[in-house]
Amino acid sequence: MAFEGLTERLQNAIAKLRRKGKISENDVKEVMREIRLALLEADVNFKVVKDFVKQVRTRAVGSEVLESLTPAQQIVKIVNEELIKVMGDEAVPLNHSKKIPTIIMMVGLQGAGKTTTASKLAAKLKRENKARPLMIAADVYRPAAIEQLKILGKENDIPVFEMGTDVSPVEIVRHGLAQATANKNDYVFIDTAGRLQIDEKLMAELAQIEELAQPDEILLTVDAMTGQNAVEVAQGFNDQLNITGVVLTKLDGDTRGGAALSIRAVTGKPIKFIGQGEKMDDLDVFYPDRMASRILGMGDMLTLIEKAQRDYDAEKAKKLEEKMRENTFDFNDFLDQMNQIQNMGSLQDIIKMIPGLANNPALKNANIDPKDMERTKAIVYSMTKAERENPDLLNPSRRRRIAAGSGRPIQEVNRMIKQFKQMRDMMSKVSKGNFGGMEQMFGNGMGGRLAKMSMNRMVRKQKKLKQKRMKQLRRKGRR
Amino acid sequence: MGLFDKIKRAFTGEQQAPSKEETHYENGLKKSRQGFGAKLNALFANFRTVDEDFFDDLEETLIEADVGYDIALKISDALRDEVKLENAKSKEEVSNVIINKLVEIYEEEGKDEDRRLQTAAAGPTVYFFVGVNGVGKTTTIGKLAHRYQEQGQKVLLAAADTFRAGAIQQLEKWGERVGVPVVSKGPNSDPAAVVYDAVQKAKQEDYDILLVDTAGRLQNKVNLMKELEKMARVIAREIPEAPHEVLLALDATTGQNALTQAKQFKEVTNVTGIVLTKLDGTARGGIVLAIRNELHIPVKLVGLGEQMDDLRDFNPEEFVYGLFKGLVVDSKTEANDDSDSE
Repeated sequence: MAFEGLTERLQNAIAKLRRKGKISENDVKEVMREIRLALLEADVNFKVVKDFVKQVRTRAVGSEVLESLTPAQQIVKIVNEELIKVMGDEAVPLNHSKKIPTIIMMVGLQGAGKTTTASKLAAKLKRENKARPLMIAADVYRPAAIEQLKILGKENDIPVFEMGTDVSPVEIVRHGLAQATANKNDYVFIDTAGRLQIDEKLMAELAQIEELAQPDEILLTVDAMTGQNAVEVAQGFNDQLNITGVVLTKLDGDTRGGAALSIRAVTGKPIKFIGQGEKMDDLDVFYPDRMASRILGMGDMLTLIEKAQRDYDAEKAKKLEEKMRENTFDFNDFLDQMNQIQNMGSLQDIIKMIPGLANNPALKNANIDPKDMERTKAIVYSMTKAERENPDLLNPSRRRRIAAGSGRPIQEVNRMIKQFKQMRDMMSKVSKGNFGGMEQMFGNGMGGRLAKMSMNRMVRKQKKLKQKRMKQLRRKGRR
Repeated sequence: MGLFDKIKRAFTGEQQAPSKEETHYENGLKKSRQGFGAKLNALFANFRTVDEDFFDDLEETLIEADVGYDIALKISDALRDEVKLENAKSKEEVSNVIINKLVEIYEEEGKDEDRRLQTAAAGPTVYFFVGVNGVGKTTTIGKLAHRYQEQGQKVLLAAADTFRAGAIQQLEKWGERVGVPVVSKGPNSDPAAVVYDAVQKAKQEDYDILLVDTAGRLQNKVNLMKELEKMARVIAREIPEAPHEVLLALDATTGQNALTQAKQFKEVTNVTGIVLTKLDGTARGGIVLAIRNELHIPVKLVGLGEQMDDLRDFNPEEFVYGLFKGLVVDSKTEANDDSDSE
C-alpha cells in the first residue's frame, strides 16, 4: 500500500521538475496535487485539505519558492508552518475553575477511550499537581463500564463515585457533585457512555448533564485512527455541547492522525492531550508542531530530543564522551547505551521520531521486536569481563561459547559483534565531528538532506545543553 | 441475479419487491447510503465539463466516502481513459462510467469469496476475535452468542482479555444477559491459559460454539501480536482444524488505517473474516469497497447498533446495491428533469 510521507511525495514530484530546468505555474500545481493526496492519505478531511492547499498555493506561488534553489525544502517548510498554524500555535493547558472543584466531562463515540483517558488524566493531575480528583461513573449503558472505572480508580488510588446502572446518569452526576463538594475534591471527572453524535436521545442526556454540572472542560475524546468521519463527529458533538477541548487517543498506533487537523480546522477547539499507550502515564500534552511533523511523515525530532534529555544521564554522557574521544568504546558502554535507549520507550516509537526513518519503506515492514534488545543484551551478558572490555579477543571459539551461553544462534552473535564494531567506528567519527559516514544512513535526495539537517540540529542542541550541564556541574563542584 | 443487472434494472426504472433482509439493510444503512449517494450526486450536480478540476473533485468525493485511496485513483484513471476512448462528455455518460467501474472493481475482486462462517464437522467450533482497542470485539461476541443461543446451540465464551480493566466483567455481563457460561481467570493472567481452559471445557462438555475474546491491541505492537499468535497456536494444538474463523473486528469509522490493521493482523493470525462494527454511525460505506479491493478478506458480519440482535450477516450485493440504487435512480430523474426544463 502506498503510504509514504509527504516529504517523499514531494521529493518525487520535484525530482521530475529538476529535469525540466524551468519551473512553471503548472509545475507548482503538480506539487500541490501531491500535497493534497498526501494529506488525504493521512485521513485529513477533504474540505480541510482543499482550504489548506489553497492557502499553501497562495504562499508557494509567491516568488519565494520559484526562485529558491531548493524548492522542495521551501514547500515542505511552508506546509509545515501552515499545518502548525491550523492546529494552533502552541499547547493549550487545561481549563481551571476559580473555585474548586474543576469539573471535567468526557464525551465521545463508543470505544474512543474516554474511561481510560479520564483515569490517565486524573492520575496525571494527582502525580504532578498533588490533586485530589473524584471520578463519577455515569456510563450506565455499556456492560461493566462502571467496573472498568472502579478498577482503574483502585489501581491509581482515585475515588470513584457510582450508583449502579439503574439510576439515570443525570442523577448520578448530581449526587457525585454533591459528594465532591462534601469531600473537597479539587477535580471531578464525569465519565459518560459512548454515543453516536446522531443519537438524539443520548445527546440530549449529555446536554442535561452539561446544564447541571456546568463543566469547566468538556473533552471530546477521538480515536486518532478515525477517517473522514472525524469531522462529522466533532461537529456533531460541538453543535450540541460546548466542547472546550479534544483528546486524541491511540496515537501509539501507526496512523498518521490526519483527524487532528480536521477536527481543529472544523471546530476551532484546541487539542489538549494525546493518548500514546496503555499505561497510565502514557498521556502527553499536545504540541501542534510535533503533530505537524507526524502528519507530514517527517518524524518527531523534538519529542525524541526531549525524551533523550529527560532520560539521558548527564554524568554517564560525560563518561561516554571521554571514552568516545579515546575510542575505547567497549561492550560495557554498549550495554549502558542500550539500557538508556530502553528507558526512552520502545524502539519502534523512537525510530518513528527520527526524520527519514519515520517512513522509510525499508523499515516499514521491519517489525522491531522489543525483545530483540533483550536478546542482544543477553549476548553481551554471556561475555567475560575481559571480552567486554576488549572486543578484539572474540575468536570463533569464544563466540561459540557466547552463543551457547545466551541461547542465540552463532550467526546472531557474529552479526551483533559486527554491528558493534560499526557502531564503534561511527562513534569515533561523530566525536571528531565528522558526519561523512552517516550520510548513507539517511539515504540521498531531499529526504536525506532534510534528515541530516535535523540531525545536525539535534547534535548542536545536545552539545549546547551538554555545555550548559557541564557548566552547572563545575559550579556545583566549586561550591 | 447479478449485481450489475440489478443496478441496471433499477436504472431502467424496473421495480421489484424488496426482500425482508433488503429492508433491514435499507433502514440500518440509510445513513451510509445517503452519504455515499448524496456525495456523488452533489458532484454530478456541479458537473459542467470533464476537465482536470472535475477529476480532482471526483477523487476527493471518492476518498471522502472512504473508498480508499487506491480505488479512488483507479477510478479516476479509468474515467480519464474512458473519456478519451468513448468521448464521454455528458453527465449521464460520465456517471455511468463511474458506476460501471465501481461495480466492476467490486465484482472482480469478490468472485470466489466465501462469506459463510465455517463450522466444525465434529466437536466444538472455535471463533477467535481479534482487533485494535475499542472496536467492539466483546460486544460482537455478546451479540453472536445471543444469536447462537437462540438457534439452540450450546455456546461457551472465553474471556482472554485479561489486560483491560473491566474487560472480563464486561464479557461476564454479556454471558449473564444471554445466558451462556464464561471461562475466565483473574485479571492479568496469561490469556493463553484462559484459552486452553476454555478449549478443554468446550471439548469435555460438548459445546457447539466457543467464542474467544482477546484484548485489543494496536497492530504495530510486536510483542502483543506474538501473544495473539500463541493463543491461536494453543487452540490449534487442542483442536487441529481450529480456530475455524479468525474474525477481525474493524471500526467502520476508521480511515486508511483500517487497511493496515487488517494487513498486519492477517500476517499474524490468518484472519478469515471481518466484522465491520459501528456501521450505523458512519455516513460512508466506501470502506467496504476498499477492504475488498485491497485485502481480499470477506466482510462476514456487520454491527448495526447497540441492541443484542443488531448483528447481521453481511450481504455485499444488497449493500452495494443499496449504495448505488439511490444514486442511479436519482441521476436518472435528474437527467429527466434536465431534459424537461430544456
